[in-house]
Amino acid sequence: MTSSAPVLVEMTGVEKRFGTTRALRGVDLSLSAGQCLGLVGRNGAGKSTIVSVLSGLLDPDAGQVRLGGAPAPRAGDIARWREWIATVFQHSMIAPDLTVAENVFLGNTAAIVSWRDLRARTRDIMRDWGFDIPADALCRDLPVEQLQIVEIARALARGARCVLLDEPTAALERDAVRRLFERVRQLTEGGVAVLYISHHLEEVFEICQQVVVLRDGERVLGAATSELSRDDLIAAMVGGAPTATPGTRRSSSSASSGAGTPVLTVTGLTSQSPAGRLRGVSLDVKAGEVVGITGLLSAGVATLGRVVAGAEPRAGGEVRLHGRTFPSGRTVPSGRRAAAQRLGIGYIPEDRRAEGFVAHLGVAENATMTITGRLADRLGFLTPASRAAAAAPLSTRLSLVSSGPAQPAGELSGGNQQKVTVARTLAHDPALIVAITPTRGVDVASKALLLDSLADVARAGGTGQDAAGVLLCSDELSDLVICDRVIVLVRGEIFAEFTDPPFDRDELIIATEGLSSTADGQEAAE
Amino acid sequence: MISNQAEERSGGDAVLTSLLRGSGGVSLLLREVALLPVLVLLIIVGAVVSPAFLTVSNFAGIGQQSSALGVVVVGESLILLIGGMDLSLESTYGLAPMVAAWLIVPVTAFGSGTDLSPYLGILVLIAVGAAIGLINGLLIVKGRLNGFIVTLGMTIVLAGLQNGIVKAQTLFNLPGPFGYLGSASVGQLPVSLIVAVVIFVMVGLFLRYHKTGRAIYAIGGNPAAARAAGIKVERVKIGVYVAGSILAAIGGLMEAGRVSAVTGQQGYQEGIIFNVFAAAVIGGVSLKGGRGNMIGAASGVILLGIVQDILDLANVSNYWIEAIDGAVILFALFLARIVGGESTAED
Repeated sequence: MTSSAPVLVEMTGVEKRFGTTRALRGVDLSLSAGQCLGLVGRNGAGKSTIVSVLSGLLDPDAGQVRLGGAPAPRAGDIARWREWIATVFQHSMIAPDLTVAENVFLGNTAAIVSWRDLRARTRDIMRDWGFDIPADALCRDLPVEQLQIVEIARALARGARCVLLDEPTAALERDAVRRLFERVRQLTEGGVAVLYISHHLEEVFEICQQVVVLRDGERVLGAATSELSRDDLIAAMVGGAPTATPGTRRSSSSASSGAGTPVLTVTGLTSQSPAGRLRGVSLDVKAGEVVGITGLLSAGVATLGRVVAGAEPRAGGEVRLHGRTFPSGRTVPSGRRAAAQRLGIGYIPEDRRAEGFVAHLGVAENATMTITGRLADRLGFLTPASRAAAAAPLSTRLSLVSSGPAQPAGELSGGNQQKVTVARTLAHDPALIVAITPTRGVDVASKALLLDSLADVARAGGTGQDAAGVLLCSDELSDLVICDRVIVLVRGEIFAEFTDPPFDRDELIIATEGLSSTADGQEAAE
Repeated sequence: MISNQAEERSGGDAVLTSLLRGSGGVSLLLREVALLPVLVLLIIVGAVVSPAFLTVSNFAGIGQQSSALGVVVVGESLILLIGGMDLSLESTYGLAPMVAAWLIVPVTAFGSGTDLSPYLGILVLIAVGAAIGLINGLLIVKGRLNGFIVTLGMTIVLAGLQNGIVKAQTLFNLPGPFGYLGSASVGQLPVSLIVAVVIFVMVGLFLRYHKTGRAIYAIGGNPAAARAAGIKVERVKIGVYVAGSILAAIGGLMEAGRVSAVTGQQGYQEGIIFNVFAAAVIGGVSLKGGRGNMIGAASGVILLGIVQDILDLANVSNYWIEAIDGAVILFALFLARIVGGESTAED
């Protein structure tokens, strides 16, 4: 890196402990004006801790943080930190019922607010940085990526010239990601320093000039992205040879898909869900088969999963599940999750924080929440020991790391929380698993493990019983490698079906956009 | 001086808790009796205030006076645990025994004239409680109305009914079986205290070891996650509102027996709901749901009972007793927050 640009943020030898865990072990990091630095690492590597330290939320135990050459203020003195660094967190810090101008100057206005002045200054900021968001729009009406721009504008309004982006693309569609990246380039060209935190390595290669890799709280690599390959980065994150991309062996087992009996038949499914409508979707999933559903964010991918799992009512159509004791199938009642589960539908929800676990209950209790009836005696009583015993094999199978069965699930890292949610689903031996974006926000190694565990269930059943079916609803194309078939939804309808793995990434992308491809692997549905 | 002691104690507890972190059971127990230092402190204060404090008969008295409140606190704690709240328990506590007594006592004593058997009267009391809980539960869970405003409205309706059916008269001459629970004693031990303790223990075990008890914690902690895990969230919630109201009715029966009458004041006009919430919250039951247990709730009830008793023994002027009572409860909340640590914080 050239030394001409001034260094805005510098961390030297930063240490941070939580109890017995050393979250950061002497990390050095420096960020110069106009630089976009990528920060990558597996879940629990220390990324979040660095974000907390650089956002002024946590004081380091040892080491130094310097802002513009001077020692940083103490943690908690948020106002002074914001003059230097602003963080755009994964969870939006925008007040939805206020206008863009109010949000840009939130907590940064004089005692008496001049609306005209506020709007004028907001327009100036938007114009200076080439953003095109109207100052008096209501934030509730803006898409996620524009809200992120509002948060960035708020930082710039306070004079901050360093922006931390924590997984900014997690909730974005492809087009929105492209637009966000243009904005980030505009920022760096204007001399702003950007620290970019992401699980998506392609994004890091696309937008960052430099990348720092953390592993177990240590900085293990810092280099220019132009000098690295994707495998180098993965090797640094995992700490060994790069793991094989998951599911590459999957195609060999596709023979089983033809032989299996259907576990799920969906006919003419419709839904008016605001998150994405469904307009007459019909499909089936056979035992031993992994069927992928993909499409753009509003195409109805998650809605299909939620409706099939009974987490959301359907407007019309039928969902039938075929079980061992009812081969001709039973209708799954609309919008009744408990009934759907009793019939044998497992559900891995889209948002694990919202639906995946109860934060202050223990790991074992969360993992066995679906089978309390089975663990309980005739009067309905069960002991913590019986829960721990039932959870242990699942924890082992998913390599779930916790301090014990009683550790609150909320204390785990994101990847381990997702394993708790998956364990909860595997626990009740479902005939069909509905998994919605099961690897979102999960590191590369855990991702492979979670996908493998789903593929295993399809092949061998939950605990070595009959093979189950898996309906994998995901807009992350890398999840689809374990699928035997992939169905692409466009605006709530089946647009294309790919039956011949491995699937071509470009063809999938073209199909999700609703464009026809000339490739042979695709056949129009119905 | 008092707060200093409490702070020292809390520091010690924190160290102990972290030492014992590995052994879940012990640290759990330690957290649950977080109020113990405060109770010890109060007992010392009581002993200093009056020589009559540390006597068996005084404690039996505290027990008898606290049991009715305690049973209502169990009901409210259950409702708080699922993330709800029920202000109308105080009116159920008055109306349920009023309806039952009205059906039992003769016309000359302002009864309805049905001259119902007192045993059937107790069944009626439970049915009234269950019906109120069911209406609340259906309105809140199925009707998706705000629990605060529904139960506030219900409070006033029920209190109006309580006065309306007997035209604000007080019903005396309750038959023996009806008053037994609130007035009888086994030796020095009041029956109401024994029953209250049994209810606390049974509900405590139910919450800790029964699948529905665990479902209550899951629902209070994260209703969406509980639903996704196949728990019948609506059914459990409605059931808890019903159970809470039945417990409030039983608490009302104890109070009626203790004072050998059902007055128009019982419940709503006494304003017992403040004490109910205070006991639960002092005992570490979170108003946001999912956190708390019966050991905590019981210590909250005992704490309030002792405070009342000390104020009585100290001959505090009648004109000032409410102000002091309220201030002491606020102070106890503050102490409980310090001693209980983060787990009792509301944010």
